[in-house]
Amino acid sequence: MELVWQAAVSGVVLGLVYALVALGLSLIWGVMDVVNLAHAEYLMLAMYATYWLWALGRLDPALAFPVVVPVFFGLGWLTHQALICRIVRAPLAAQIFATFGLLFVLRYSAFAAFGPNVYGVWRTGEGTVTVLGVSVAASKVVAAGVSLAAFGLLAAFLRYTKTGKALQAAAQNRDVALALGIPVDRMYALSWGIGVASVALAGVFLIPFYQVSPTIGDAFLLLAFASVVLGGFGRVDGALVGGLSIGLLENLLGTLVSPTFKFLFVFAAFVAMLLVRPQGLLGDVGR
Amino acid sequence: MGRMTRRRFLQYSGAALASLALGDPLSRWAVGQEAPVTVGAVYPLTGALARIGAAIRNAIELAVEIVNNPYPDLNLPLARTAGLPRLGGRRLRVVWGDSRGDPATGRAEAERLIEREGAVALIGSYQSAVTATASLAAEARGIPFLNPESSSPRLTERGFKWFFRTGPHDITFTRIMFDMVEDLKRRGHRISRVAILAEDSEFGATAAGVAKGFAQSRGYTVAAMELYTSPPSSLTAELLRIRAAAPDFVIGANYLVDAILITRTLKEMRWFPQGFMVHAGFTTVPDYLNAVGRDGYYFLARAPWALGIARRKPLVARVNELYRRKHGADMDEVAARAFTGMLTLADAINRAGSTAPAAIQKALRETNIPGAQLIMPWQGIQFDDKGQNRYATGVMVQILDGEYKVVWPFEVAEAELAWPAPPWDRR
Repeated sequence: MELVWQAAVSGVVLGLVYALVALGLSLIWGVMDVVNLAHAEYLMLAMYATYWLWALGRLDPALAFPVVVPVFFGLGWLTHQALICRIVRAPLAAQIFATFGLLFVLRYSAFAAFGPNVYGVWRTGEGTVTVLGVSVAASKVVAAGVSLAAFGLLAAFLRYTKTGKALQAAAQNRDVALALGIPVDRMYALSWGIGVASVALAGVFLIPFYQVSPTIGDAFLLLAFASVVLGGFGRVDGALVGGLSIGLLENLLGTLVSPTFKFLFVFAAFVAMLLVRPQGLLGDVGR
Repeated sequence: MGRMTRRRFLQYSGAALASLALGDPLSRWAVGQEAPVTVGAVYPLTGALARIGAAIRNAIELAVEIVNNPYPDLNLPLARTAGLPRLGGRRLRVVWGDSRGDPATGRAEAERLIEREGAVALIGSYQSAVTATASLAAEARGIPFLNPESSSPRLTERGFKWFFRTGPHDITFTRIMFDMVEDLKRRGHRISRVAILAEDSEFGATAAGVAKGFAQSRGYTVAAMELYTSPPSSLTAELLRIRAAAPDFVIGANYLVDAILITRTLKEMRWFPQGFMVHAGFTTVPDYLNAVGRDGYYFLARAPWALGIARRKPLVARVNELYRRKHGADMDEVAARAFTGMLTLADAINRAGSTAPAAIQKALRETNIPGAQLIMPWQGIQFDDKGQNRYATGVMVQILDGEYKVVWPFEVAEAELAWPAPPWDRR
């Protein structure tokens, strides 16, 4: 029983981290209907940025987000202006090729810049805290808290600010939004800015307990997709529910049945969801 | 502009390499010596593995220099004399082939060295996959192939007549882990349960299977065996299960990224088995300790060689001194294996008294170099029917105070093995 409880608590913490990684993917997907295959590469780049700030500037990773997140917001915006705005209305295949190409450009730029070596942050006082009777790394608890805060802030932004409402309008119907005078292209760029900034936030808080190498995106990209699909398309909180479901499924069934099959459980749930409830746990029918 | 075809590229690069290798021997011809005996070496000299290729090249060049010049104070094969005495003092020379880390290129280079460069024997090729193809070229042409450093057990199971391996393979590496545990039991430790944690591709899955086989045949309980896909996003489920199975020691076959995650997860869980032993020596890569710091202490790794054995074996220190004087860095384990392989091949060519491949093959089969004449922690070199050195083995190293220390076999240990490893709150 203790084992189950431990797996569940670690699963929730891990799920919140997955959710934060998936947040930006969900937003961009929801607003623009563009699947960003290069999503996890921004995670990797943000992890490098945080690592180098720590290694060269002695800046603690927990304090790196005011530097890293705005830079990645700009990078997301720039990606939209340079590449994505040209393919918004292109066929699906063109969108896939474009973001897949972006994945390779970013990944191999990292190879060229940093080499294939693996880097991680190591701090002396790195401790563990006891959450509901289970020992969890303090840095993971911080990352989980940041994840909840990010979801809360984004939900508030979308619901209560004029820009947030305009973003939703652009997501719901491009033409009507344009007719209402909403600068749709700028909304799209904004969604890329926020999307990439949020995955950078995940990278900043991931680096204290997860190491970075140019191919590290592979560990997270599929899980981020599964989070978005499980939770529900077009709803930002869907990524939260999806991420939590995956964290719990992976840890509970992995621990109780067999870790070898932990992703089998996750992706079986993914396929089942597509068959039974393609709109996802929270998704609205008819979108 | 002419197009750079694959063939032409090979010709150019081969010519460039050959001219590099020829520079030195040419000057010796000028002083009137007989033509040197040519050995071909196929290694990854460019590409992702170039750094390892460079260390191997340095080691082989040092071995050749020791053969060709008198080193009266070194107790190594052919060190005291200049050249190969049984061939009238003829010198040894190495021509290089660049595999670029690719099996097809490695084979083409092996063919070129035999057919165009007149190599009487080949040495190579670090990666098991390249060794497999390059040795095929030698086997087909009846040329001896000596492999110092590939670890796939399959290489000596192919029934080849011209293939010889001086170094240990993956099964040997697993055996030394269990041999160490046997020694610990003799010292009074109670050890009966093992868990295995491995990545699920060729490397990890094979090592896990071998470890399981050893555990069962030696009467250990395999408490848990968990495979995962690398890079993992989390290893919490795997390690929770392993901890719940209460093993006395854990054997891992993991890549560097996984290893960092394992270390951190174990610390998070506040659990550590009596011993955690890993394959492939991820822990001997500096990146590992840079990423995990003190949390990486007490992990054990198998290694074919470690400079630390110099404390009990002065010959190692002397050879390393020569190496460092020449190349500005300490020998690493790959260099030590390549050095030993080259000397073994030179010893066989000398005893053959001829450059006829069949004579060299026969001499290799009769190889009997005592352990005292080796920089390796081995009893010696003698090949079995399959061409495998029956004495090839390795050492266990443990990370103690930020350094890799040889802790087993106890006769060559430079530091006391920490077993059981201290719990996290007493580190």
